Formats: sequence, structure tokens, C-alpha cells
Amino acid sequence: MNAPLPTAVAEDAAERVQRQADVVAALGAVLPPHALLWHREDTVPYECDGLTAYREQPLVVALPETESQVAAVLRVCHALDVPVVARGAGTGLSGGALPHKRGVTLSLAKFNRIVRLDPKARTATVQCGVRNLAISEAAAPLGLYYAPDPSSQIACSIGGNIAENSGGVHCLKYGLTLHNVLKVRGYTAAGEAVTFGSEALDAPGYDLMSVLVGSEGMLAVIVEATVRLIPKPQVARCIMASFDDIRKAGDAVANVIAAGIIPAGLEMLDKPMAAAVESFVHAGYDLEAAAILLCESDGNIEEVEEEIGRMAAVMESSGASRIEVSENEAQRLRFWSGRKNAFPASGRISPDYMCMDSTIPRKRLADMLLAIQKMEQTHALRCVNVFHAGDGNLHPLILFDANDPDQLHRAERFGADILEASVEMGGTVTGEHGVGIEKLSSMCVQFSPAEREQMLALKRAFDPKGLLNPGKVIPSLVRCAEYGKMHVKRGLLPFADLPRF
Amino acid sequence: MDATDPALHALVDRVERARRDGAFLCLRGGGTKDFYGEAPQGEVLDTRLLHGTPSYEPTELVVTTRCGTLLAELEALLATQGQCLPFEPPHFAAGATVGGMIAAGLSGPSRASAGSVRDHVLGATVLNGNGEVLSFGGQVIKNVAGYDVSRLMVGAMGTLGLILEVSLKVLPLPRASATLRFAFDQATALTRLNAWGGMPLPLEASAWWDGSLIVRLRGAEAAVQSAALRLGGERIEDRAADAFWNGLRNHADEFFQHAHGAVRDGALLWRVGVPQTAPVLELDGETLIEWHGAQRWLVSTLPAAQVRAATTEVGGHATLFRAASKEAGVFTPLVPPLDRIHRQLKQSFDPAGIFNPGRLYAGL
Repeated sequence: MNAPLPTAVAEDAAERVQRQADVVAALGAVLPPHALLWHREDTVPYECDGLTAYREQPLVVALPETESQVAAVLRVCHALDVPVVARGAGTGLSGGALPHKRGVTLSLAKFNRIVRLDPKARTATVQCGVRNLAISEAAAPLGLYYAPDPSSQIACSIGGNIAENSGGVHCLKYGLTLHNVLKVRGYTAAGEAVTFGSEALDAPGYDLMSVLVGSEGMLAVIVEATVRLIPKPQVARCIMASFDDIRKAGDAVANVIAAGIIPAGLEMLDKPMAAAVESFVHAGYDLEAAAILLCESDGNIEEVEEEIGRMAAVMESSGASRIEVSENEAQRLRFWSGRKNAFPASGRISPDYMCMDSTIPRKRLADMLLAIQKMEQTHALRCVNVFHAGDGNLHPLILFDANDPDQLHRAERFGADILEASVEMGGTVTGEHGVGIEKLSSMCVQFSPAEREQMLALKRAFDPKGLLNPGKVIPSLVRCAEYGKMHVKRGLLPFADLPRF
Repeated sequence: MDATDPALHALVDRVERARRDGAFLCLRGGGTKDFYGEAPQGEVLDTRLLHGTPSYEPTELVVTTRCGTLLAELEALLATQGQCLPFEPPHFAAGATVGGMIAAGLSGPSRASAGSVRDHVLGATVLNGNGEVLSFGGQVIKNVAGYDVSRLMVGAMGTLGLILEVSLKVLPLPRASATLRFAFDQATALTRLNAWGGMPLPLEASAWWDGSLIVRLRGAEAAVQSAALRLGGERIEDRAADAFWNGLRNHADEFFQHAHGAVRDGALLWRVGVPQTAPVLELDGETLIEWHGAQRWLVSTLPAAQVRAATTEVGGHATLFRAASKEAGVFTPLVPPLDRIHRQLKQSFDPAGIFNPGRLYAGL
């Protein structure tokens, strides 16, 4: 594309200044002065989320303190056709909260109150800005907890979890955010109050909760959620098993499931990852192993004893070269400390890393690790791997130095290759981090034009003007055409491309 | 399925033709749920044309099957590998299909603990009203690529599109099971269920009717045995217990037989969804409670408005499940802005309004 002419840039800047003044004036009528930021030095902290490679200056940042202020901000923006990007803790990894340069960033950080804990119903009603871990901490005296536990749980908010349908390490047994949220209150793009779901186990009409959860702030702005709490298991124990061959480790994962066991957690680390975390946290990982599996059982003492025995037998028959079973809580936490610190440990061995998030069928774990080893050579970059093996969700961390533009470029191609391989293996480009801005191009590979158009039509049903977080999740036809890669066909899909349709 | 599958061609042709002719289609599998929802309208499109289970991978805990597959056949296939559909979908008669299970979105006795039909859907391929074959979701548990359109199909009564194929999460059959009976009045039963729910017990299903609370424990052998000892009650032997839970699941037990008779005599059978902690509903009629208090079946001759008002007051909703006349509307009316979102969603999936018009709500 040609660079715009200087006069066009100046006109653009002038138009932005005018638009900013209009929006500030309109929002100033519904918000107190301290709840409105627009000077550049004030809005800098909002220019990116956890995906720092993408940055944008918001036109205005609004920090409402009450629900009626949220509604008023939305009504103002709706009347002026101004895009709105809702933002929670800003820990997202896919740029879902990246500001819109002509839009308002709606920070919900002040909605951080736990409204009600109901021990009898086993629910927590919380404002959207409450941190994930804070819910479990508040519920702990009741012997209850909130199950989904994304790694960022000390910082991420429940509103963001709902936007991304966050997972964590216990999804296979305890489900995703969707399975643990009963009711959500919020506002439509036009600022009308709306409630999705109910405290009953179902609600009349379409199951709108299914599409709302994981919609990355594109369908509604939520302010409060009622989530399910579950009884804390009496005990949890973990097996750490080493394998001298990646294939044996992959088979062990399948064999555990085939034995009728649903582990509370089942994680895999490859050799380079184990080395990186071991030098960081000294978890006692076997540095000779090609892959390490962490396999956890939770429940009452008798059932955990029974299950750990069965799990250990499967590991052994699958050819584990070393097996350790945690004998106490301190040892269990030590086993996990390596896995939980995979990201910071990677940060120590490389100036930058790019975290991928695709999901593949479990049986392809070994194939994927071997494919990634080949890609390391193709792109001349290292990659360390942690997998949520129980649910097939991969987090390869591609190591690179962003100061070297060629390395950044190679890392991006490396990442795209992993995502395409994942779709080819029958998986998906994102398991839990979301599409955001980061994986828009990969969506062209996973979905056909008609599928993407159906999703855009779905968005219009909620938000006819297209003002909520526009430009995220669903790529335009033009973008996919420019990306130039065909979507990978699966199942019944070849039909969609026949001329007769 | 390859691109030349004649069954798929026939279905697509049929939808194309309906769109051209401005006709309505009534999507129908075994017809075992013809009684459910608002009255079926339009020419019957028999979804059993497309059947079979293209992939089942026990170690992936995923099965992919087509709309016309018999539910009984699917469950028999899973059982050969020691697996099951954990949400226990009902078979109201022989011939229930996978498509109908998804469209109606009804789950059985285990729902409160094991999750619903929707919770187990991983992906779906649907035919929309424009005759386009679209796939959403996939065959993996964690998947946040785009909106989760596949789960939106669950309970939509076929009004958004024809479900061609669906991928479901399956689970191992429980290793152990125990059924216990307690003589409790309704209020006591509800109190106990709420209390037990907060403890780490393998409580999986419950039913209260006529002074008896029956609970089923399921899970690891050790967990079930220790919980059974802890809870007490009268142990029901396995064969009788299985017969009871199956009867309840398929609405063939004594309560529902009586209910069906009462409906023939003019009574209404309501499915009332409420928070588990909702108190005893002061509504005249016969009540059976499932889902640890969250699903209450009511056979009553009370006016519909009175039943709906009482359920709305406690944060629930009431579905007119079986009735000789459904004038009162089957499903609880939607409030704004949800009604508008519903209409626009229908428009976006089925602009010509071909599929199952009015089966869920008038105008959808």
C-alpha cells in the first residue's frame, strides 16, 4: 500500500482531535471528571493488554464506578457511533482488549466487589472486575472454591474469564468457564440492561450464554456474574512420570483415558522446558527425560488412593522410566511449581517468547512435538513446550529476540505454522487465550467465508451497529484474501465450496 | 462424509427448494418429541436420511455422529467401550434421534451433577436457511476460536438450522453406583439436598416424590461406599434402582404415567426450572423434584398464569411440557431485550423463516 499523503495525515489528526473533544464532552456529562482520561500520558497504561506486541492509543478511557454510569457511557457511544472496548484486568494474551483508535476503552476495574456468597446454593455473585483467585479465597472458609483456574488467576478478572471462556489445568474434570457460570448481568451495545442465564439450571429460549461466554466482549458488556462453587476435594495427589521417548509419553496420556480415568489435571513438559523451569524453581524434574507428565487425582482420601494406584499402573505399563507420587501437599506443590512457572522460566532464557495456544486431539501430542522440532530447524528458532495434555491444549513457547526484526518475523511464521498444523490435525487455533487481534489470520484457515459471515451475522443480532470491540475475533473477507491461505477443510465442509451453494 | 453423499445433497436440495417456494419445513427425526414445544408446522423433513457415526475415539472421549442416528444405537456403541452420554438424555419412545436430542436440549436425572446436553457439545455442522453447510466448534474440549455457535443449537428446537452432525464429549461409565431412599417431606428433602451439595460427596442424581427422597451416588468405588455409609437411608438394590432411574429418565415411571393420564383429563404437566434453593412452591398439584431441587415437575389444573407467576417470583421459569391445549404458550415469554436478540438471531440463521416456524416462540 502507498503511504498516505502528509495532508491526509494532518486531516486525520485534526479529525481525531475533534472527535475526541466531542466524545469527552458527551461522556463528561455522564461521568465524574476523574473517571475520564484522554491525555496521552494518562491513557498510555491502556494501550495494550498482556499481548504487548500490539499497541494502540484509545481515543478516551472511561472508568465508570456504577452500573448506571456504564449504561450511560454505552448510550452516549451508541448515539455517537463510537466503538467501545471493554477491559478488565488487562491480562489477556491475544490482544482482545487492544484499544480502538477511534473508540472508548471502557475499564471495568472499579467493579471489584464480591456481591454475595451463598453457601446453601453454592454460588458466588461477583462484579466483573473481581479477580479469579479472589473468588476461591472468599469461598474457602465455606469449604468451596471456583474451579476454572487459568494460570493468571491471581490477576485476571472474572469478566475477562467470561469474555475468553478461560480454562486452566483442571478443565477435563471440572469444565471451562462456560460450565461454571450460571448467570450474567450486563448491558447491550445500546446500553439496555440484559440478563443471560439464570440461577436455575436453564433459562427459556436460545442458550445465549453459550455464545456470550467466549465472545471476547463483542456481544455485550457484562458487569456481574453468578458462578458455581464446588466443594473443595479433601485431598489431591500428583504423579510425576518421566519418559525417555515423546511417543511413550503421548501414549501414556491416551492410556490413562482409555483406562476410564478422568484425571483432575494432566500436564506434559518437554525436555527443554523441564531444563528451563528446573534451573528457575528447582522442582526436582528429571532432566534426562524426553517428556515429563504430571497426573493429578483429587477427591476423598480413599478414592484418591484408589485412583493414584490405577494411574501409576498405567504410567508404568506405558513405559515410564521414573515415577514419583506426592506424599504430602508440600511435595505436590513442588511438582506443580515447575509447570506453573513455565512462562517466567522461559522469560529467563530468552529476551522474548511467543506463546501459542492451539488444541489438538490428545492422540496427536507426540506428532505435534515432533513437528515442532522440525519447525525449529526451518525457522532457526528454539521452542519449549508445555501442554495441557489432558485436554490437548498446547502452549509452545517460541523463543526469540524482538530487537531483531528478522527473528520476530520468523517467530510469527513459526507460530502460524503451529496453528495450521493444529487445524490439519483436527484441532483449533485457540484453546483458551482467544482470537483477539493476534489470531485473526489463523481464523481464515479454520473457518470458511460462509462460517465467518454467519458469525458476523450473529454479532449483528446482538450489536447491530457493530460497536462492541469491532475488528476482533472474526476476520473480514479482505483480510483473509490478503492472508492468502485457504481454510483447511474438515468433515462435511467440502460441500460448502460447491458452486451449487 | 465425502462431497458426493446423496443424503446430504438431498437435504440441501430440500432446503433450497423450500427457500425458493417460500415453504416451511418441519425438521423431524423419530417424532418421539412431537408433543414437545409449540405445534409442529410445515412439510416434514425426515432427518433420519442422514445417519451414522463417522468417528468415535474412546481415548479422545469424543464421538461424532449424524442427526438421524438413533440415540439408542449411539448409546449402545459407547457402552461397548465402557462409556456413556453423562447427561442421560431421555428416550420418550423408541426411535429418538441425536438431532432431536440436541434440538430439544433435554437432559436426564444426572444433569445437576454431570452437566447438560449443551455442556457436552464440542462442535456441530449445521445447514442454515441459506442452504450453507457450516461447521463450528470441533472435536476438542478447549476451543475458543470464534463464537460457540454449536452450543447455541442446543434447545433451539430446530429453529436456527438443521443439525447435520455433532461432536459430543463422552465419559467413562461410573465405576460404582449406589441408590438410597429416605422418608422425607418435601421441605426436608430440599434442605438435605442443599446441604449435601456443599459437601464433597459423589451425589449424582436425586428425586423426591410422595414422601420419598431417592438419591444416587456415583463415582469411584471407595467414594461411593464411604458416602453411602455417611448418608445412611435405605439401600435399594441395583436392579430395582436402575429400573427406577430409567423410568424417571424416560418418563415411564409411576409419576409420569399418572401425569400422562391427568393430562388426558385436562390437567397440565409443567417442567419448572428454579434455583436449587427455591422453597417449596405453593402450587396445588402433584410434584416430583429432580436435579437436587432445580427441576420440579408439576401436574396441576391451576391457570398457567398462576404457575408462571409463582416460578418467576423465585427466579425460575415454567415450561408447559405436556397439555391438551397449549394456549398459554409452551415456553416462558422472553423479556426485552432478549426477545429482540432472539428475533434477530433467527433472521441471521434462517432469513426466510423456513425451519420449524413457531415451534419455540411465535415469530421465530
